[in-house]
Amino acid sequence: MRAAMTRRQRSVDVVVVGAGPAGLAAARGLAGHGVGVVEVLEREAVAGGVPRHCHHRGFGRWGVTGPQYAARVVEAALGSGARVRTGVTATGWAGPLTLETTGPHGLERIAARAVVLATGARERPRSARLVPGTRPAGVLTTGELQQAVHLYGQRVGTRAVVVGAEPVGYAALSALRRAGVTVAALTTEEPRHQLGLAWAAAARLGHGVPVLTGATVAELLGGGRVSGVRLRHRDGRLTTVDCDTVVFTGDFVPDHELARRGGVALDPGTRGPAVDGAFRTGAEGVFAVGNVLHAVEPALWAAREGALAADAVRGFLDGSGPAAGGPAIEVAAPLRWVAPNRAVPQVPVEGFVLRTSEALTRPVLVVTQDGRRLHRQYVPRRALPHRTLRLAGRWTGKVDAAGGPVRITVSGLGGGIFGAAAK
Amino acid sequence: MTVTTKGPLSPRGQMSSRPYDVAVVGAGVVGAAIARELARHPHLRIALVEASGDVGDGTSKANTAILHTGFDAVPGSLESRLVGEGQRLLAAYAAESGIPVEPVGALLVAWDDAQLDALPGLLEKAGRNGYGAARIIDADETRAREPHLGPGALGALDVPGESIICPWTTTLAYATQAVRSGVDLHLNTRVETVSPEGGDHLLATSRGALRARFLVNAAGLNADVLDRLVLGRGDFTVTPRRGQLIVFDELARDLVRHILLPVPTALGKGVLVAPTVYGNVLLGPTAEDLDDKAATGTTADGLDGLLSKGRRILPALVDEEVTAVYAGLRAATEHDDYRIRCHEERRYVTVGGIRSTGLTASMAIAAYVAGLIAEADPGLDLKEPVEPAPVHMPNLGEAFPRPYQRADLIATDPAYGTIVCHCERVTRGEIRDALISTIPPASLEGLRRRTRARGGRCQGFYCGAAVRALHEGRGE
Repeated sequence: MRAAMTRRQRSVDVVVVGAGPAGLAAARGLAGHGVGVVEVLEREAVAGGVPRHCHHRGFGRWGVTGPQYAARVVEAALGSGARVRTGVTATGWAGPLTLETTGPHGLERIAARAVVLATGARERPRSARLVPGTRPAGVLTTGELQQAVHLYGQRVGTRAVVVGAEPVGYAALSALRRAGVTVAALTTEEPRHQLGLAWAAAARLGHGVPVLTGATVAELLGGGRVSGVRLRHRDGRLTTVDCDTVVFTGDFVPDHELARRGGVALDPGTRGPAVDGAFRTGAEGVFAVGNVLHAVEPALWAAREGALAADAVRGFLDGSGPAAGGPAIEVAAPLRWVAPNRAVPQVPVEGFVLRTSEALTRPVLVVTQDGRRLHRQYVPRRALPHRTLRLAGRWTGKVDAAGGPVRITVSGLGGGIFGAAAK
Repeated sequence: MTVTTKGPLSPRGQMSSRPYDVAVVGAGVVGAAIARELARHPHLRIALVEASGDVGDGTSKANTAILHTGFDAVPGSLESRLVGEGQRLLAAYAAESGIPVEPVGALLVAWDDAQLDALPGLLEKAGRNGYGAARIIDADETRAREPHLGPGALGALDVPGESIICPWTTTLAYATQAVRSGVDLHLNTRVETVSPEGGDHLLATSRGALRARFLVNAAGLNADVLDRLVLGRGDFTVTPRRGQLIVFDELARDLVRHILLPVPTALGKGVLVAPTVYGNVLLGPTAEDLDDKAATGTTADGLDGLLSKGRRILPALVDEEVTAVYAGLRAATEHDDYRIRCHEERRYVTVGGIRSTGLTASMAIAAYVAGLIAEADPGLDLKEPVEPAPVHMPNLGEAFPRPYQRADLIATDPAYGTIVCHCERVTRGEIRDALISTIPPASLEGLRRRTRARGGRCQGFYCGAAVRALHEGRGE
């Protein structure tokens, strides 16, 4: 309580937690439409989020790089009149719409009329993946690697193994190349790499990197510094690749700590806050956008959500938004998750994003509620694990708000021209 | 204050310097406690010699972090006595030095009839160890006390006196106080041979020679090796017993209220689930007898086994994120009890076979060893110890205010309001303080044990490069 008395109390209209593409787009959409005081809290020293250290191109048109994109979204938010406060961490909740913060200027308690969680996602490190072996130095994630190389100019090592061939693996390759590190191998547990043909060819041809598929990291070797990885191949064979650096890439999870500490219900599939198409969580006045909802989608998708969420927040503040509540949207294996994951008939949804746990060839997605079919969609391509699978949102108007959960299944698994042949 | 990390121990031209009165080999929790205890005699010249680059870098850094009551020790054993005394001494020392301790209590949960039948015997044993507060509780009370337990708990032995403690701060507090009281700490100093010379011990080390009148062996896993170097024979063999552990994220902390200990039966010992003072939940350890004293790796089988046992005890736990997997080696010997032997004629004490209870017993072991030395070598004059200047360690515990929560501290220095490691909420001020402390960390791992930086769920995804930059720039 003594600490409470030394917290500065403040009130604003909307607090946005996280100044990445989603949070900044939300702030811009709010402040730019005259929603009083909109304050973005960013715990890092610089706003812009993960794109700040993604030096590759592909952020928007004309070959915009991550840092260029980050600078633009920050500028746009500031230009709209939003306050962006860096170096300030939302450490917890003092009430349903009241956050506690720590920053170099002290402790605060900030009450708002609405809170937007845009806390993003991170890669799971070696420990969370339960990779056995020693705990040597030189083992990192892409996020740490990119910051070390692009923000701090630190030396990384001389010879690396990159684990996981999701698209982010390619970003790791590019950061390693910038740091002058030889890449001994790119390994993935999946039977096929997930890079896309062009990227895989670029890895092999452009960088001379062998791509090892169907290989699991069985053990990390080395005392003080990592000396190699032992790989288990699909046929049970064990091989050792010598290296002094191991980069674990992909396997993103939402950074949901603040949501959980606030009692915001999570979706069991995404492990991010459960939201409807208006980005409303189960806690009234608390919204969530960006990769905390779905780990991970590209920055432009996150920013689009931020802009859409700004409209929904305005609707909530002026009381014009639709009633909340509605059934959960569930997925059946091999689908892993869907976002948004609550269906409200009055809330239109531009599109859903899904993930599958195994490769599906031209799958048909079927949406049902209480045995009634709401939607059927043919996906005219191969759906890969860790890659975006999209589902149209036009069926949400058919949902019975008082009905049971909405289910998304893959139809005809196991054969048929409209079915999906797994693997 | 002398802490050396490289270069010859006795620079050329200074070979004639006065030999140390006592050299303690091994700066784990036991060696550091002994050095601290001996430093209470300011006239003594003391060396604390450590093979690694940091204190507490072996067995001491990887234990289960429990401050035991000693309720389940072998009654009448030296271990029973020293754990009981040590618990009281360390609890008081922790309170005065800022070492985080949480008196959460323990439940030994019985999952089958054999375990349930074993509880009365354990209760009686606790009594014989001088611990009277334990009692047996039924299934309903067990469930009420631990609502997230898996199905099938039949009852439990309630041991309210068990606590959790920070093992890293404990070792560091002892070593810091020892160094501030005049002990020379020599890191990266591996003892290679020991020979008698003019009544003293001449230690040949990886950093040159060191002479000492009295030698204390607190070499942990290598105590048997050092014993043979000194005596030419040894009376015990250390068999490293590997314990693999899984640390779950702080968001799992609310799932468990007590230390959940296994009930030992003839069929073996299970694993424990315990909160940590950092707000994590610990699951483990395995117990694997090995012959490699460097085998601190985890294995797929070990981790799978822990998860399946953990799922039975606390099903929701295994759905939470894992922040660390690690393995520690316990210095098990063929003997049931601690092996503390004084060889008076050689002016030598061996402190061997100190198992995981050694953290709890450390201060009592130190006092016991000091007593043995006083008796064996009256010339050292250990009659009147003085109280050392107290140390105030940075708080790493969640049960006490941490710098990021303290407006008063941030007002004096904004660095305490600048969070660098977000998962663990470690501020730039704390990292800077650690880097300029009495015993600064030699590595990022050492920095983690002093501050918790990089120790959380992201393991450096967000802060790794920033923490490294502070470490390499020594704070700024």
